[in-house]
Amino acid sequence: MAVMLEAQGLGYGYPGRAVGRGLDLALGAGEVLCVLGPNGGGKTTLFRTLLGLLEAQAGEVRLQGESLGALPRSEVARRMGYVPQGHVAQFAFTVRDVVLMGRTAHVGLFAAPGAADRAAAERAIEALGIGALAERVLTELSGGERQLAMIARALAQGARLLVLDEPTASLDFGNQVRVLRELRRLAAEGYAVVFSSHDPGQAFLAASRVLLLARGGALRQGAPAEVITAENLRQVYGVEVRIAPLDGTSVCLPVL
Amino acid sequence: MTRRSRAVVYAIAALGLLVLTVLAFGAGRFALSLAELGALAANQLFGAGYEVAPTAETVVLQVRGPRILAALLVGAALAAAGTAYQGMFRNPLVSPDILGVSAGAALGAVLGIFFSQSALVIQLGAFAGGLAAVGLVYAVGANVRRHDPILSLILAGIVLGTLLGAFIALIKYLADPYNQLPAITYWLLGSLAAVAPSDLALAAPFALAGLVPLYLLRWRMNLLSLSDDEARALGVPVGRLRFAVVCAATLMTAAAVAISGIIGWVGLLIPHAARMLVGPEFSRLLPLAMVLGAAFLLAVDTLARTVAPIEVPPGVLTALIGTPFFLWLFVSARRAWQ
Repeated sequence: MAVMLEAQGLGYGYPGRAVGRGLDLALGAGEVLCVLGPNGGGKTTLFRTLLGLLEAQAGEVRLQGESLGALPRSEVARRMGYVPQGHVAQFAFTVRDVVLMGRTAHVGLFAAPGAADRAAAERAIEALGIGALAERVLTELSGGERQLAMIARALAQGARLLVLDEPTASLDFGNQVRVLRELRRLAAEGYAVVFSSHDPGQAFLAASRVLLLARGGALRQGAPAEVITAENLRQVYGVEVRIAPLDGTSVCLPVL
Repeated sequence: MTRRSRAVVYAIAALGLLVLTVLAFGAGRFALSLAELGALAANQLFGAGYEVAPTAETVVLQVRGPRILAALLVGAALAAAGTAYQGMFRNPLVSPDILGVSAGAALGAVLGIFFSQSALVIQLGAFAGGLAAVGLVYAVGANVRRHDPILSLILAGIVLGTLLGAFIALIKYLADPYNQLPAITYWLLGSLAAVAPSDLALAAPFALAGLVPLYLLRWRMNLLSLSDDEARALGVPVGRLRFAVVCAATLMTAAAVAISGIIGWVGLLIPHAARMLVGPEFSRLLPLAMVLGAAFLLAVDTLARTVAPIEVPPGVLTALIGTPFFLWLFVSARRAWQ
């Protein structure tokens, strides 16, 4: 199993203000890592560090065995695709134009995307089953459709590692399920997936591993059944939950 | 919008520009017929030797020619700069006036007029002023930490623009009221009436130097409309790209201001109009915006010199057309300006 993403002794945060430290991580192809944590727990800071948008305060991130800091930006983009939370579009780009932007790292500085790039964008659009939306304007789509378009853009990058920041945030129930199903299907095809969520139940549904962040940088990591326990969630979120087995997996229900 | 309907839009725009240009050559106090224009063109281009009144030749070659060329150049340059600024600042309501470029260029030129310098020095002053203003704004924006970098740039531009406006007001106050003040006021209003071929020859290379990078980066420009994190994650060195585009758009603005003074609204309206027609994708948007900008300013300038016995400053006309259009956009068509 190829290791797609590694972190060793990773400290993340801002100069003079550490958010988390000592994170070790290794994610292989076909694995889905769900990152859970409270608001302000550092999920976004961790993601920005993993993406190389924020400098690591300690340790390092490695992509397919190579240090993130040593790779040029365009090479990082070819290896790791990013789906931001709540993409805000100011202009009415079509889905096809947006997915095509995923090809940036493959297009020369002064060039426009060529036939190969267009074909890659079409494949990504087809892979997400949004061919019917290709000429629609992104800002006019529903939240779920927009999220699928953003995932298609990450696929068009040619990256085998996908990082998604709260991909189900502000989606309705059906679209949440659709996005999770998409993530699991991509993992089955050999992609490595990292996503953050506010719902511990999603880890049981879609993830093979869980990273639980608490304020102050405490970390727990492991299989969903090991990490998502009533005790751990009480510590992190300060609420009572019940974990119950159901159809070979588990569900996580809060107790009011 | 399909490829074919886009092609139709481009074709109509280009044809419209051509018709307008011919009309502009013909219209005016000394009206010229299509036949006269044709004979003149044949003489000039192919040495055909048709008989043409010498006055007609002077009007076309010395008076209207440079003025029409200037309108085309200034309109296209302002529209291109506006398109770039709007995409880059992810804000469809900005224009070349942002970043204090126009104000800086104006101050440079007004200083030149105040010190009774030659036209060449006045123009160079406009270039230097525009570039200095954007350099200052950029330096301020880059050194403000912990703020949205886009917002810092825009605010720095507005603040500097106000300061430059104060300096301009001071110079107007001090200027000789019989000689310099009318010249300054006229220039600040924006006009193409006094354009000489030498002005064009001076400004055109600057405009071209700004256009080339915009054309080369025409597809990559789209990525500046994403958030910085997104664009960087897609492999774009955002800071360097934005710097290159700011420089290019500023060069084009300064070139336009140096020829015509400050003509407002073109850089705001035309990118909107073009975006409504072909969408926001920059490589499709830029050529259309330039054609529409050239056509718009040519139409406005032709009206300015024919509609009344005296010349109306074109800046006044663009504001008369621009304000209602802008309000209409703002109130009714939120979708369209996106």
